[in-house]
Parts: sequence; C-alpha cells; structure tokens
Amino acid sequence: MKTISKAVPKLDHYEKISGAAKYVCDLPTKGMLFGRMLRSTEARAKFGNITLPELPEGYFFYDKNDVPGVNKVQIVLDDTPVFAEGIVEYIGDPIGLLVGSDERVVNQLLKQIQVEYEVLEPVFDPRESKESFFNVNIDKGNIAEAFANADKVYEEKFHTGLQEQAYLETNGLIAEYVDGKMTIRGSLQCPYYVFGAVAQAMGLENENVRIVQDVTGGGFGGKEDYPSVLACQAAVAAYHSKKPVRIVFDRHEDMIATSKRHPSYCTYRVAIKDKKVIGMDIDVLYDAGAYTTLSLVVLQRGVIGAAGIYNVPNLKVRGEARKTNIVPSGAFRGFGGPQTFFAVEMMMTHIAKDLGMDAVEFKLQNAAKQGDTTSTSGRYHFPVPIPAMTEDVLKASDYYNKKKVYQNQTGRYRRGIGASLVYHGCGFTGNGERDLIKAVVKLKKSKDGMVEVLTAGTDMGQGLFTTLNKIVSSTLEIPMEQVIVALPDTDMVPDSGPTVASRSIMSVGNLLMKAAKRLKEEWIDGEAQLIEQRYEHPDFMIPFDNDNFTGDAYPTFSWSVNVVEVEIDSLTGFIKVIGAWGCYDVGTPIDEQIVMGQMEGGFVQSLGYGMMEKMEAHNGWIRNSSFSDYIIPTAVEFENLHVMLHVVDYPNGPFGAKGAGELPNVGPAPATIDAIQNALDTTLNKAPFIAEDVMNFLREVK
Amino acid sequence: MSNSVKFRLNGAEMTYTENPAMRLLDALREGYLLTGTKCGCKEGECGACSVIVNGQLYNSCLVAMGSLEGAEVMTIEGFSKTERFAVLEKAYQEVSAVQCGFCIPGMVLASECLLASNPHPTEEEIRVGISGNLCRCTGYNSIVAAVGIAAQKGEGLW
Repeated sequence: MKTISKAVPKLDHYEKISGAAKYVCDLPTKGMLFGRMLRSTEARAKFGNITLPELPEGYFFYDKNDVPGVNKVQIVLDDTPVFAEGIVEYIGDPIGLLVGSDERVVNQLLKQIQVEYEVLEPVFDPRESKESFFNVNIDKGNIAEAFANADKVYEEKFHTGLQEQAYLETNGLIAEYVDGKMTIRGSLQCPYYVFGAVAQAMGLENENVRIVQDVTGGGFGGKEDYPSVLACQAAVAAYHSKKPVRIVFDRHEDMIATSKRHPSYCTYRVAIKDKKVIGMDIDVLYDAGAYTTLSLVVLQRGVIGAAGIYNVPNLKVRGEARKTNIVPSGAFRGFGGPQTFFAVEMMMTHIAKDLGMDAVEFKLQNAAKQGDTTSTSGRYHFPVPIPAMTEDVLKASDYYNKKKVYQNQTGRYRRGIGASLVYHGCGFTGNGERDLIKAVVKLKKSKDGMVEVLTAGTDMGQGLFTTLNKIVSSTLEIPMEQVIVALPDTDMVPDSGPTVASRSIMSVGNLLMKAAKRLKEEWIDGEAQLIEQRYEHPDFMIPFDNDNFTGDAYPTFSWSVNVVEVEIDSLTGFIKVIGAWGCYDVGTPIDEQIVMGQMEGGFVQSLGYGMMEKMEAHNGWIRNSSFSDYIIPTAVEFENLHVMLHVVDYPNGPFGAKGAGELPNVGPAPATIDAIQNALDTTLNKAPFIAEDVMNFLREVK
Repeated sequence: MSNSVKFRLNGAEMTYTENPAMRLLDALREGYLLTGTKCGCKEGECGACSVIVNGQLYNSCLVAMGSLEGAEVMTIEGFSKTERFAVLEKAYQEVSAVQCGFCIPGMVLASECLLASNPHPTEEEIRVGISGNLCRCTGYNSIVAAVGIAAQKGEGLW
C-alpha cells in the first residue's frame, strides 16, 4: 500500500459525531421566513385563478409573476420553470411559494389555497409518450452484416424502476437578499450550478450572487441539479420579502418533488457466432419525467455503457429520453449506467445459459482488453484488470462450487449465486471537462505558511475535504494541519466544476497536485503566494465527436466485479442475501478507508436497487413517499458484505487515483438479480425484483 | 392542575410549559436549540432523532412532551461529555465510520444503548441493535466494526 492510501482521521469526524456540525436545518431561524411550496395536485393541467386565503401581515405568496429575471432554471436546457407558467406537468410541479414567520401557520394557509385546474390528458408510460426530449445514437461497424453472419440471434426486453437517493438530510437551503446581493446557503453538491441558475432567474450580475455550501447530509446525485430549482424559488421570496427565507423539505415533499433515478426500458438484439458476441442492436428508452433537467447527460452515459464491458465490433444503440407526466428524474450515483449495465449483464447471462456455458466464462470470453475499441470507437488506453479481479471474487465467494450445487432445487429454501462485470467511465462524458467545465483551482499560501485549498468541490460525506487535503499536503510534504479545505463559498473559490461524475479526485485532485508541485518549487518562506491551475485535456485522448458520438468518451474507466448469493423462501417470497462480494479498481486509493466506505455504501445502495427499493408512480402520484413505504437497507439485510480493492496506478490521476464514487452503484443489482434467477431456475428481466415478484413468479410457474 | 412538565435534560432540571403535544424532537431543536438531534422522517422510521429517555433509545419524533414528567432525557450534546462517548468516538474514527454524519448522533446513541444492555455483543447483535437507525452512506460495515471496537476498548465501561 502506498503511504498516501493509509487512512487518516476524517477532518469532519469530530464535529459530526459530537452533534456540533451545523447542517442548514440547524442554523438559527430568528428573523427568518419559512417557505412552503404550492404544488400541483394534477399530473397535467392548465391552471387559472389561484385563490388565496387572507394572508396575515408578514405572510406572502409568490409565483411566476414575481420572478425578476428569467422564469427558467438553468440546468442543461432551460425548460424547468422556477414556478409553473399556466400549465403543470406533474403532481408536485411548483406553482408558487408561501412564506411567513411561523412554519405551522404557513402550512395551514397553504391548505386553504385553491387552484382552478383544467385537466389535460397525462402520459405516464414513456413507451406511449410522443414527446422525445433527446436522442443519442451509436453506430459502429456493420450491424447488418453481423446479424446476417450470426449463428443465432437473441432478443429480449428489460426494465428498471425509479430509485430514490434517500440521503438522510432532505434538500434545504436559505436565501438572503442584502444590499443588492443574493446569498444562498445550504445542502448542495454544485455551488456554481446554483450560482448560474440564481443569476439568470433573478437577473442579477455575477458579483451580486453568492452561493455557500453548508455541511451536507448526503447527496448521491440528488443534490446535483435540484438545489438550483429550490434556490431560484427561495431567492424570489427573499428578494421581495427582504427577509431571509428558509426552505427545508420534510421527507414526503423531498420524495415526491425531487429527482430520482430514471426508469428504463431496453430492448436488446444480440448476434452470436462461435460463442462470441459479434453484434448488438440496442434500443434504450429512459423515462425523463416532466422536464429535461439532466436527462441528456444521463442518457449519454446509459447509451455508452449499453454494450457493457464487452468488445462488440458491430454496435448500434438508439437511445432516447422521453417526456412523461411524473416528477423529473435526474442524477443518481451511477448516472444512467446502472440501467443499461443491468440490461446487458442479464442479457449475457441468458445467452450463456442458452449456449450451455457458465455466464462468467462467457462474459470473460467477450470482455474488452486494453487496446480494444470502446463502444464509441475510442480506446481502452489502460489495463483492463477484469480477469484478475474476477478470479479474486469468484474464489472469495466460492462461486463455481456454489453454482454447481444450486441446481434443480425443489425445497422451500432455494439458493442462487450471480455475478456482474461492469465499469464506470471516469469524469464528464466526452469533451465536458474541456468545453463545459474548464476547471480552475487555486492554492493560497499565507505569510505564516498555511495553505488554503480553493475549489468548488463539496464534501457531502464522501470525504472529499480530507482527500483533497491529503493530496495537497502530501505533495507539499507538509502536515495536514498546515492545509485548510473549507466549505466552498463562490465569493472565495474559483469554479472547479461540480462535485459529480466521479471526477473530483481524478480531475480536481490532479489540478491541485499540479498546483502543489508548482507551489513547492516556488515556495518562499514568509511571503503570501497564490497559485492558479487550469484544466488541460489529456493529449492521449481520441477527440470526442459529439455529433457522431465517436472518440474517447472518458479518459479511463473504473472496473468492478460483483458476486451476490441469495436464499429465497419459496413459501413467503422472502429474499435473503447471504453473501455479497465486490472487487473494485479505482486506481490508487487516496485514503483506503474512505474508498472502502464509498464502495460498501454504494454496494448496499445497489443491492437495494436490485431487491428492495421499489418506487412507483400510480397515475402520477409517487406512492412510496416515506421511509415506511420506500424501504432502504438497514444494518441487518446485508451482513455478509465483502469489499476488496484491486490497486493499479492510473498514470494521469493524483498519486495514481481515478474515479471511485459511482462505481459500486453499477454492478451489485444485476449480480443480485442473476442470483435470484439462479435460485428460481429461470431468466429475469427487471429490477427491482422483490418478495412480491418472487410470489408472483412462483404462482405463475405452478 | 399543573400545566407544566418537569424533566431532566442532559442532567439539568427543566420545566416545560408549552404545548404538551409538541414532539420531543421539535422541543429539543427549536426550544432548547439542541440541534445535534436530527430530523430525518418524523415518523419513527429513520432513527436520526434518537435520544435516550430513562436509559432507553427513543425516536424523539414520536415522543410527546407531555409524556416526559420525571423523565431523564439525554441527547448527543449530553452524551458527548461522557467517557463512553469518548470511546465510541475514537472507535468510529478509527474505521472512518462517519460519512455525511446526519445519522451519526442517533447511531452513537443507539450504540450506547446496545452496549449498556449488552457490553459484549456479537456482530449480529450489533446489527440488530442499530437496525432502527438508517444510514445511507456507509453500508453499515464500518459502523458495526466501530461498535465492536468500542466494546473491546471500553471494557468495563459498560
């Protein structure tokens, strides 16, 4: 293990464990107004008159007419309104915001507001939707020829459902307008996303907008784009009321109104010759919900990953994100990858079964190697350690023996074991880092030798402040105590990009390492110094062509192999995970325990995605809008969980590190469903697959 | 008829005279400004608002202030001054078990209640003992390990 990988106490450990850390909900509320959104109760409707009860003094209602700038939230496209403009597109669509000094009075008044709706026909199933938001296609090789030459062609459909981020701290923030300057502070991942959105909606110059992150209680993507929406709404109220406005969602509101993981419908046609995949022809359909938010970039990642880790010489993918009248889906750790990786991993197991091969052998036989072309005709420039990782995980889980034993089971309890081999592309897709993000970081040294790390990177629990400190202090060869990483404040920090896409250590950390090397060379005792470092695109990358979707979509990939073992009670349908093993290649860990914590946490979220977490929109209503109805894992479900790291230096990352955070959310769900189909001796095509699904399956088999 | 509730909060005598139907959670956070107790769901599912009442772990969102006559309430602010906390704190640190931290005050109090009733728990007993407290970040392995370490290092404290 490299010295830097040795775990250190996390910098935010004590303030959090002692209860002293102040999340936005913990800040003093004296003199503030509490805000609560008026949300649509119709899935699709025009609305006219809004009848308000008589508002006591100091209580105000704001809507689209009160937005001083543009009534659109800047995300990727600007179609999400700050407040609905005459039409609502989903149940929960914000129409207006009621604010006042007593939260309970605000809630009572809100119930008395009447909205006149003229109901329109909603669309809930993306397969029936006529409104396409985005199309992303891949066309590689000669697909017609591949299918003409095939020994056999397989075709199947796959479906994955909504998943809720379920961070323990709900979305919340405070807006304050003082002396012509709007300050937003709160729970958020991407200060500069919020910055751009607030400036546009409020019509304010950049110098009159300031965004500050407070201690953030988990994000997982759920605080990537959503805080931009909430910030614009709160800002409108703060602007007019001239008082600080605090909006902190309760769990129900957070679950019905904030972004989820996109539901997916995929159709795969796969051409096989001599037990090798020679072509894939894939339709990927993502349910975007009512507005576009991040669907374009989520879809891109899904389309790129649709062929899995496999070397597929002839590939056609038609990706589409369509509008439906449910709450918009957006970013969720994995970001479009988990859906198509689920589909391709299941497809490969089904083909292997038909060919009479073990699924893992069949997958390894088709896996890409270093130097092979990627799905976008880029290149796997760096080692693909999948075979060695697979060997480790299969051995640890005793996969082959168990697979042999778990056949032709007829008793009440039936066991199964399954595996998945996946990757996650590190950093922004395509030219994002170069053309959109253009990251800048700074190191500011004071006269007394303290070094301040200035980036927009946010710590929401993933340990970024600790790891960035380690990168800088290790490079400068000074104690961690001499380096300061504070919560980002856009008045102080440059735009180093959002904290998303498993990019922070690989991209921002690398810039910091370069800056620290320069500071070390130029270090002058007793003088204040400032070092600025700008993003440089790696020169080995094959340029990405956004129109044809070709080239290197990512500089490199993080790899993982997952095995899950289950026992199913055929009387009750109960699925018990009796073992779970994962091996992860994230380059050199900057902090071994932080990385292990990331891998274990993501692993459990993905196990939840596979066999527990079911969220449905029934006629547009999110039915599972509480922790009573939406069940996330507790400490007892996955007790036999084993994570190992496969360490290979990534030469372009700081100390050999590459992307980590999202990787564990990709593979465990398909491994789980593979285990369930093994136990039930069948083939399965949807996630999640919960006890109720087992019961339905067993009933049908009878 | 008395319209006040007398109870002890982190060792201090308190007389509560507000709405007896107020949730202990809200009274702690809004009235006593003890914000270490977190609100995650307000329906007793997540455990972020866990506090110790008369030695037992409670979801403070489900406790009415009126029910606390004579009770001894301990929050993370009180517990963090104890020797047992110091052992748990070090154990959590040793395995980097604190990520976003929102569940952690409740998780630490759940750890305390578990060890108080069972100073030498098995891994399974630890898992059951903290199963009323949701954590979305860690996957629980590190927290389970931390409680195990605390049980060992705090030998004799519980």
